[in-house]
Amino acid sequence: MISREFLINGVLALLLLAVPFIASAVGQPFTITLATRIAILALAATGLNIALGLGGLVSFGHAAFFGVGGYVAGILSSHAFSGDPMIFGFEGSKQMLLIWLTAAIVAGLLGLLIGVISLRTSGVYFIMITLAFAQMVYYFAISWPAYGGEDGLSIVVRNQFPGVNTMRPLTFFGVAYGALIVGLGLFAMIRDSRFGAALQAVRQNEVRVASVGISPLPIRLTAFVLSAMMTALAGCLYADLNRFVSPSMLSWHMSGELIVLIILGGTGRLFGPVAGAMLYVVIESALGGITERWQFFLGLILLATVLFARGGVIGLLAGKARHG
Amino acid sequence: MTFSLVLEQLLNGVQLGVMLFLMAAGLTLIFGVMGLINLAHGSLYMVGAFACAVVAAATGSFWLGLAASLAFAAAAGALMEVVVIRRLYGRDHLDQVLATFALILIFSEGTRWVFGSFPLYLDIPQLLQGAVPLPGGTAYPLYRLAIIVTGGLVAIGLTLLISRTRLGMRIRAGESDREMIAALGVDIRTLYTLVFALGSALAGLAGAMVGALQSVQVGMGEPILILAFVVIVIGGIGSIKGALIGALLVGVVDTMGRFLLPQIVGLFMSSAQAGPVGGAIASMLIYLLMAAILAIKPRGLFPAQA
Amino acid sequence: MKAILKAATMALALGSSTLAMAEPIKVGLITTLSGGGAGLGVDTRDGFMLAIKQSGNKDITVVTEDDAQKPELAVQIADKMIQSDNVDILTGIVWSNLLMAVVPGAVAQGKLYISTNAAPAALAGEKCDPLYFNAAYQNDNLHEAMGEYANKVYKKMFIMAPNYPAGKDSLTGFKRYYKGELAKEVYTQVGQTDYAAEIAQIRASGADGVFVFLPGGMGISFMKQYAQSGVKIPVIGPGFSFSQDVLPAIGDAALGVKASGQWSKDLDNEANKKFVAGFQKEYNRLPSLYALQAYDAAQLILSASSKASIKDVKAFAAALNKADIQSPRGKFKFNNNRHPIQDIYVTEVVKENGTLTNKIVEKVFTDHGDAYAKDCKK
Repeated sequence: MISREFLINGVLALLLLAVPFIASAVGQPFTITLATRIAILALAATGLNIALGLGGLVSFGHAAFFGVGGYVAGILSSHAFSGDPMIFGFEGSKQMLLIWLTAAIVAGLLGLLIGVISLRTSGVYFIMITLAFAQMVYYFAISWPAYGGEDGLSIVVRNQFPGVNTMRPLTFFGVAYGALIVGLGLFAMIRDSRFGAALQAVRQNEVRVASVGISPLPIRLTAFVLSAMMTALAGCLYADLNRFVSPSMLSWHMSGELIVLIILGGTGRLFGPVAGAMLYVVIESALGGITERWQFFLGLILLATVLFARGGVIGLLAGKARHG
Repeated sequence: MTFSLVLEQLLNGVQLGVMLFLMAAGLTLIFGVMGLINLAHGSLYMVGAFACAVVAAATGSFWLGLAASLAFAAAAGALMEVVVIRRLYGRDHLDQVLATFALILIFSEGTRWVFGSFPLYLDIPQLLQGAVPLPGGTAYPLYRLAIIVTGGLVAIGLTLLISRTRLGMRIRAGESDREMIAALGVDIRTLYTLVFALGSALAGLAGAMVGALQSVQVGMGEPILILAFVVIVIGGIGSIKGALIGALLVGVVDTMGRFLLPQIVGLFMSSAQAGPVGGAIASMLIYLLMAAILAIKPRGLFPAQA
Repeated sequence: MKAILKAATMALALGSSTLAMAEPIKVGLITTLSGGGAGLGVDTRDGFMLAIKQSGNKDITVVTEDDAQKPELAVQIADKMIQSDNVDILTGIVWSNLLMAVVPGAVAQGKLYISTNAAPAALAGEKCDPLYFNAAYQNDNLHEAMGEYANKVYKKMFIMAPNYPAGKDSLTGFKRYYKGELAKEVYTQVGQTDYAAEIAQIRASGADGVFVFLPGGMGISFMKQYAQSGVKIPVIGPGFSFSQDVLPAIGDAALGVKASGQWSKDLDNEANKKFVAGFQKEYNRLPSLYALQAYDAAQLILSASSKASIKDVKAFAAALNKADIQSPRGKFKFNNNRHPIQDIYVTEVVKENGTLTNKIVEKVFTDHGDAYAKDCKK
C-alpha cells in the first residue's frame, strides 16, 4: 500500500524539480538559485539526519563538516586555478567528482576523530562537545591566513562536472538535485538496512541492545562518520553555488540552522530535511524582502513549530510517524 | 615577565571566571532542576545590560540601573518560562534547542527594534572608578576587583540558599526526583518559575556589570553563552560547585593562554609569525580543554547524581 | 567667497545636467542592517540616500537589502539583484570578507561595483578590475597614516589588532611607515570583548604609545577597560575605531585619542557643510565616516549619470573615473587602480556642546595613494 507520507514525498520531490524549470521559462532566473540552495541545504540536513534522526545523536557541530567540505572545494579549485602545487606536488582539481571524494574522505576522518571522543558522552554533553569541536575548527579557519582567514576564499569559476556546463544555473541545479536524490536514497537504504535497524534500536534502548551482545559505540560511530561525509558533500556544492567559502559556513549558527531544517520538516523522516529546507528558504527570502526585522518573525515561526506543530511539516501533512 | 604581571593576569582570569560563574550558575540550576537546555540565557544577559544602561542614563545612577537589571531580567525570565519554556519540560533536548534558538532570534531583533542598531553607553559608577595599587608596583582596576567580590558573594549566597533554606530544599528535591516532589504537594509550577527567574536575574546581573566594561549592544550575549556552556559541561551539568570551579578554570586558562601562548610559540618561530599562530591556538584553547576533560570524564568534573 | 560661488555654480550645473539626461539607473545597496554591525550599515544607507535626496534626481532608484554580515547571504542577494531586479550598479557592503565574496562575481557579470568602505588589498593590486571602484580608501591607508604620525611622537610602540586578514593588513600598513622600535605586536581574537590580559601586557611593555585597530564593539570594550586600568600610555588608532557611530558608547574614555581619517566633520569647505548639516537635519545625529563614504559613492554615480549612459558600462566607468564631484573631504580623485588619491589627517576626540566628536589636528599625507596601485595593470 502506498502510504500518505510516500505520496507527499513524491509531490515534494517533483515540486522542487519543477520550480526551476518553470522559473526559467517565465524569466525568473534567481528562483533557480533559491531552488539550488534548497537542494543543497536539504542534502546537508539529510546527512545530519543520519546521526540525529536515526541515531538520536544531536550534533550541534555539523557546521564543521559542512564548512570542511566547502573548504576542500575552495582549496582544491584555488590551487588548480593558480597552478601552485599543494603538498606532495598535487595540483588541486576543478573536477567536482574528485573534490567530492576528497571532501568525503577528509570529513570522514575528521568525523572519526570527533566521533571517537564525543561518543563517550551522551545527552547534553554530546550536544556541547560537538559544538566545542566545531568552534575549534571555526577559530582555526579564521586565524589560518593561507586560505583567506576571515575574508574567505573565492572560487573564480565554478568547478566542473563531467559532460555538462555547471556555469548554467539550471545545469548546476540539476547536479545539486541529483546529489540530493542520491543522498536521500542512501538515507533510505541505511534506514532499512540491518545496520539501520541496529542504529535505531540503540537510540531507543541502549541497554537492551548492549545486553544482546551488540556494542553500541561502533554502530553510532559509523553513523556519525557517514553523516559527516554526506554533510561535507553538501558543503562542496554550497561553495560552488556561492563560488565562495568563508568561516561563517563553520559557525555555530550554521549548525543550528541544520538542526532547524530537520525539526521544521519532521525529525527522522526521509523528506523532513527537504520540506524543512523549502520552508526555511522560502520564509527567509520572502520575509527578507518585506522587512529587515525578518529574523524576529522567523523566530516566531520556529517557536510556533516547536510548540504547536510537533512532527514538523511532514508530521502535519502525513500524520504521526510509524515508528518512534 | 615579572611577578606583578603574572599576578595581574591571574586576577584577570579570576574576574572572567566570576562573570562566567554568574551565567553558568543560572544555566546549571535550570538544567539541574528542570532538565532544560536554555540557549536563550545569553538574551537575558543582554536584557540585563540594556535595562541597566537605559535606567542609568535616565536617572543618572548606576546603582538604580543595577537594580533594574536584576528586576527586568528576572521578569523577562519569568515571562519566558510561563509563556514558552513551561511547555518544553517534557520534550527532548532537540525541541528545547530549537525553541530557545528561536527565542534568541526574537530577543535580539526585538531589542534592536526598540533600541536601534547603535551600542548604548553605560559607565562605571563614580565610586568604583580608577585603579588600586597592587604588590609589585602595578595597579588594578577597582571595578574589576568589585566584580570579583560580587561574584564571590553570589557564590556564597547561592550555596547558603540551596543548603539552608526551604526553597533550596525544594530545589534539591526537584533535582533528585521530580515526580516525588510534586506528589508531596509542593507547587511545582511556581517552584520552576522561581528557579528560572533566579537564574535569569543572575544572568541580568552579569550583563549589567559587564555592560559597564564593554559595549551594550545586540548580540552581546552570544559569545558568553557559548563560554558558559563550556563551563557547565566541564564542571558537570547541574552542579553549582562544578559551575564555580569550571568557571574559574575556563577564566584562568583562557586569560593565561592568550597571555602566554604567543610567547611560548615565539620560542620556536619568528616573532612576526608567533603572534597570529599563538593567538590562533589561544582561541581554540578552552575548547581543547573541554574536549580533553570530557574525553577523560564524560560527565564533567563534578557530575550531579543523575 | 569665490570658492563658495564656484561650488554653488558647479552644483547647479550638475543638478541641471542630470535632469537633462533622464536615463533610469537602478542601484543595489547591500549592507548590514541587522546583527552587531548594523550601526555601520545604517550610516552607509543613510549617507547614500542623503546624496540622492539632495540631488533631487528622480531617475535613480535604490533597492536596499540586509546582508546580516553573512558572506553567503550577501552573495545570494547580489545574485538576486543582478538576475531578478536587473540592477546596474552594486554598492554598500561594509566588510572586507563580504566584499571579497560579492565583487568577483558581480564584475564578472558586467556590473559596476562602487565600494563605500571595505577595500581589501587583494582587489587593489594585480586583481584590480575596471568595473570595481572604491570611494572610501584602500584598507591600509589609515593605518599607514598613524605609522607616519607615530614616527614624530613616539619612540616605542605597542601595536594590536584582531587575528584576521584586515587586522594583519592593519599592522602591516602601520609598520610600512613606522620606523621606531616595536615593544610588542599582539593579535587578539575576533569579536573579543575582554581586554584585561592585553592591557596588562601594555602596562608591562615599557612602550610610550599604543596603536590599536579594533573596529566596532571590540574598540568600545577596549577603550572603556583601558580608561579604568590606570595605564596612562596614549592610544592612537585608525579613524573607524573612533568614528561617530561608536564614540557615544565609549564615552569620555575616548577623549584626547588621536586617530586618522580622510575626512572630519570640521573640514572647512562648502560641500562638507552641506553634507554635515543635511545629515543632521535628516537623521538627527552626526554623520560618521561610513556615512561620508556612502555619500560620495552616491555623488560619483550622480555625476557619472550626467555624463554617460549606463547602457554603455565602459563609458559609464570612464565617467566615474573622472570623479567629478565636490567631496566633503576636499580633494578627491582616482588612482590608476580606481582607489582614491586623497589627503589624510590626524584627528583628536574632543567634546563639543556635550557631544563627543573628532577634530582635525594636522595633515599627515597629501595626495596619498596606496602601495598596491603599481601592480594594477587593468
